[in-house]
Amino acid sequence: MGSRVTFFEVEILDWKTKQQLCFLDKVEPHATISDIRLMFHKSYPQWYPARQSIRLDPKGKSLRDEEILQHLPVGTTATLYFKDLGPQIGWTMVFLTEYAGPLFIYFLFYFRMPFVYGLDDKLTSSPHPVVNLACICHSFHYIKRLIETIFVHRFSHGTMPLRSIIKNCFYYWGFAAWLAYYINHPLYTPPSYGQKQINIAVIMFLICEAGNFSIHVALSDLRRDGSKIRKIPYPTKNPFTWLFFFVSCPNYTYEVGAWISFTIMTQCVPVGLFTFLCFIQMTVWAKDKHYTYVREFKDYPSLRMPIIPFLL
Amino acid sequence: MRGVGSLSALSGDCQRGFSPAPACAPPPPRVSPPGLGQTMASSEEDGAGGGSLEEKEKGRKRRLGALATAWLIGYNIAMTAGWLVLAIAMARFYMQKGTYKGLYKTIQKTLKFFQTFAVSRIFMVWFITHSIKQIQNEESVILYLVVWTVTEITRYSFYTFNLLNHLPYFIKWARYNFFIILYPVGVAGELLTIYAALPYVKKTGIFSLRLPNKYNVSFDYYYFLIIVMASYIPLFPQLYFHMLWQRRKVLHGEVTVEKDD
Repeated sequence: MGSRVTFFEVEILDWKTKQQLCFLDKVEPHATISDIRLMFHKSYPQWYPARQSIRLDPKGKSLRDEEILQHLPVGTTATLYFKDLGPQIGWTMVFLTEYAGPLFIYFLFYFRMPFVYGLDDKLTSSPHPVVNLACICHSFHYIKRLIETIFVHRFSHGTMPLRSIIKNCFYYWGFAAWLAYYINHPLYTPPSYGQKQINIAVIMFLICEAGNFSIHVALSDLRRDGSKIRKIPYPTKNPFTWLFFFVSCPNYTYEVGAWISFTIMTQCVPVGLFTFLCFIQMTVWAKDKHYTYVREFKDYPSLRMPIIPFLL
Repeated sequence: MRGVGSLSALSGDCQRGFSPAPACAPPPPRVSPPGLGQTMASSEEDGAGGGSLEEKEKGRKRRLGALATAWLIGYNIAMTAGWLVLAIAMARFYMQKGTYKGLYKTIQKTLKFFQTFAVSRIFMVWFITHSIKQIQNEESVILYLVVWTVTEITRYSFYTFNLLNHLPYFIKWARYNFFIILYPVGVAGELLTIYAALPYVKKTGIFSLRLPNKYNVSFDYYYFLIIVMASYIPLFPQLYFHMLWQRRKVLHGEVTVEKDD
């Protein structure tokens, strides 16, 4: 076996101006894109690896960190294109910010801060027990999410653009404020069917929260070894995970279920609207995930639908 | 055609959030024939008996009804023509390129531009001028009606001649120059009309829902209108500069690099 190793030369051009930004010589053929990102970062400290999009074509898809240089369709002198993705923020930070906001904003309305309902109603409390229950449920939902973000979730992509988080926060925090305003309003009207309606809603809520948590744990266990490879999730001994027989993304199914039950509990149109929008959003994500699974695994269970058993 | 599906979804996106149903062509508004009276007020007056003053009132209402009807019919014909243009553009694209990829990108600016106008006009006609009768004789109403009329006649004759591949230069000139004056004047007319309607909205609480109610939601049309007026501030310059850009491109053949989304 010859002992000469063919080194690669890598030139990195700006995707728009095609100006050469960086020239790397004596690159090992088995170097990964991650290595190249690190090398590029040395020349341009302001562009940390997470905000580098490295692609083969100026307008092509970003190459993954794991890709190996010699397996790419390039000659020994590789031309790669760079696009700045802008400031990035880690997924953990994203979730913590997005979830802590609604949690605390709801309290502002629950405790009736003076600037919310006017001075006459400041710091009063509602005569309706369902309002207290709603606060408990809403808070439980977001505290559970925060705990999951810290201890349970294992994220595949490292980061998200900073611009998105500002947009997302406006949306989640804004909606939380809007629905909290009506639920905790002095003129709030309890549900039409009274305690029966509230009880059914609470039971449904607890089932969905337990279900959602079970699915998150099951998904997290798929990546217990720290790998980033996708695997097919299967039902476990936990009955809540048996929804995997019927849907690819039961976590979204349970999430929508939880919000439906919260809508029934509070009988509040803004909550219903939020639930509806969540449903649309999660259906899009579920379909995406479902078709990724189907494409990647030939033996993917055919009974499964993306989010609603047999339907959607 | 897949393009059509995405069009209706995206026309919903492009609206400024207050129109209830995304529609490729707005459903022809129900217009009762003049003489039966379209307003709620006139139906209450039916049993009032015929004094000359009442008859004059009814006559005036009938004329207004005829004007609104004529406008609405004309509007619908115009919108049909506009959508026909878009449909032909899409068909041409598909025949030339053999794919729908890139179709939306090609027609999106026209579509967004076109749809934004449609929404603001439905709003102005039905949710302001028709519903708040006291402002129907304001000068601002005449202002925007005149502007719309001139704009649309110019626009649709432009489209028609374009389709016939026989475009006289003066039509092209008119289409890309009239707006410079017409657009700000039209916006002024619309804003003044909404502003004039505000006191009546506050007094009557029209289209508003107050607490307490069993849906635990409220809607204040008065503040909604104020938000609508405020939204003209970011929207108007965007549309205006887009039209100026189009004008430079068409009349002076400027080549600009298309920014990648």
